[in-house]
Amino acid sequence: MEAIILFHSTNYAIWAQDLLKKNNITCKTIPVPRDLSSDCGYCVRTSPEDSNSAEELLKENDVEYDRVVVR
Amino acid sequence: MKNSDKNIWQGESPPIYFDNAATSFPKPESVISEQNNYLLNIGANPGRSGHSLSVKAGEIVFKARKQLASMFGVKNPMRVVFGFNATDALNLAIKGTVQHGDHVITSAMEHNSTIRPLKQLEADDTISLTIVDADKNGRIDTQRVKESIRSNTSTVVINHVSNVNGVIQPIAAIGKICRDRNITFIVDGAQSGGYIPVNITKSEIDIYAFTGHKGLYGTQGTGGLIFADTFDYKKVKPLRAGGTGSRSSEIVQPDFLPDMFESGTLNVGGIAALCAGVEFVNEKGVENICKHEQQLAGYFQTKASETVPGFKTFGFDKQNAGIISFRIGYLSVSEIAGELSDRYGIMSRHGLHCSPLSHKSLDSFPEGTVRFGFSVFNTFEEVDDTVEALYEISKKAKVKSKETINHITH
Repeated sequence: MEAIILFHSTNYAIWAQDLLKKNNITCKTIPVPRDLSSDCGYCVRTSPEDSNSAEELLKENDVEYDRVVVR
Repeated sequence: MKNSDKNIWQGESPPIYFDNAATSFPKPESVISEQNNYLLNIGANPGRSGHSLSVKAGEIVFKARKQLASMFGVKNPMRVVFGFNATDALNLAIKGTVQHGDHVITSAMEHNSTIRPLKQLEADDTISLTIVDADKNGRIDTQRVKESIRSNTSTVVINHVSNVNGVIQPIAAIGKICRDRNITFIVDGAQSGGYIPVNITKSEIDIYAFTGHKGLYGTQGTGGLIFADTFDYKKVKPLRAGGTGSRSSEIVQPDFLPDMFESGTLNVGGIAALCAGVEFVNEKGVENICKHEQQLAGYFQTKASETVPGFKTFGFDKQNAGIISFRIGYLSVSEIAGELSDRYGIMSRHGLHCSPLSHKSLDSFPEGTVRFGFSVFNTFEEVDDTVEALYEISKKAKVKSKETINHITH
């Protein structure tokens, strides 16, 4: 299982990665899976366990994201 | 200064470089090594591809946004939008913001990077324009800005620090006037970023234009806009549309920051250098840099006034940023600058500095002046050598009559 956080722009993916890592949430930027989005670039992968706290962190810091897909 | 801060010039006789207000030189070693590191080890396109080098390139760009936002008192790093220089940024800020029928206020201390876009818009009947006068030292009276406001005034564009004499305008006071009336306040920060402390939030600036290659010690081809956290950026229309690496399925331009204004691949190598430059300025402390440059300008003014016959400054004040404009008697400014360069290896800039309005305000039009813009790397010894050179130039050169100057055409 994994949680994929999708963004409208890779600028926000990088920001999210920076923020999550600073808050000790394990994550990695990965190429945007084509089955989830047609956007270029990368998104952020984290664990399903961490996805709620990751979302909270992003909201708190106004890091806009498209959606989170747990699969 | 630390050893690493020394002039890195490798030629036999190091020049004295006082043309920092055009482009700062030399650059800190970290600026060079970071640009090199990008070119040698990263090199990829930020944000487009999914591979690790693309992510690394994106991380450089993000780091630069974060640092610039922090330096200029803005919370959200996405409010930093990269372009190519201050002129590019000002064109976007001005042409993207104004609408047909708007009234715009600017000042008689503007660089052509502001006044030319505004005059274009005036000429094609898009806007009406008021140019607020400055006093003989280049200061803008806040009251005059206030009095010029009309019911259709949408935008005020003001130069923060003059590239001709370093005069610092009362930005916070003008910002308050604009904010109270919901007028968009655009600030040309080409000569203030890295030179003097700037806080966009506290000074109630809406849009701040910066460049990378002057006081931030980056390389040419970097610059951009910083939008205040509270400013409705959708008031600004992108002038360029195209690929952003985001919303690739859509054929319309994105409407969010920073992508909407950053179509086309960024100058990532330049941004890596700029990032190192901002770090360098932060390490030194912008207040310390400002003080050092002001002291150099003050020392030069005092020493040259005592030593060089006919030495005259235009709008000099010890409170100005470290830029000084001068003439010597009726000597042609091009002759002074040419002699300084060819005989003494001293780099200056003469003429009108792309700012004819400022020279009119300072009563130095059309001949212009010789300008020195100091940097953190300049020293008092360099000023001593320069005053000596100017003394020799003033003695050797044939003193021309006032009429000679008045007949120069530009």
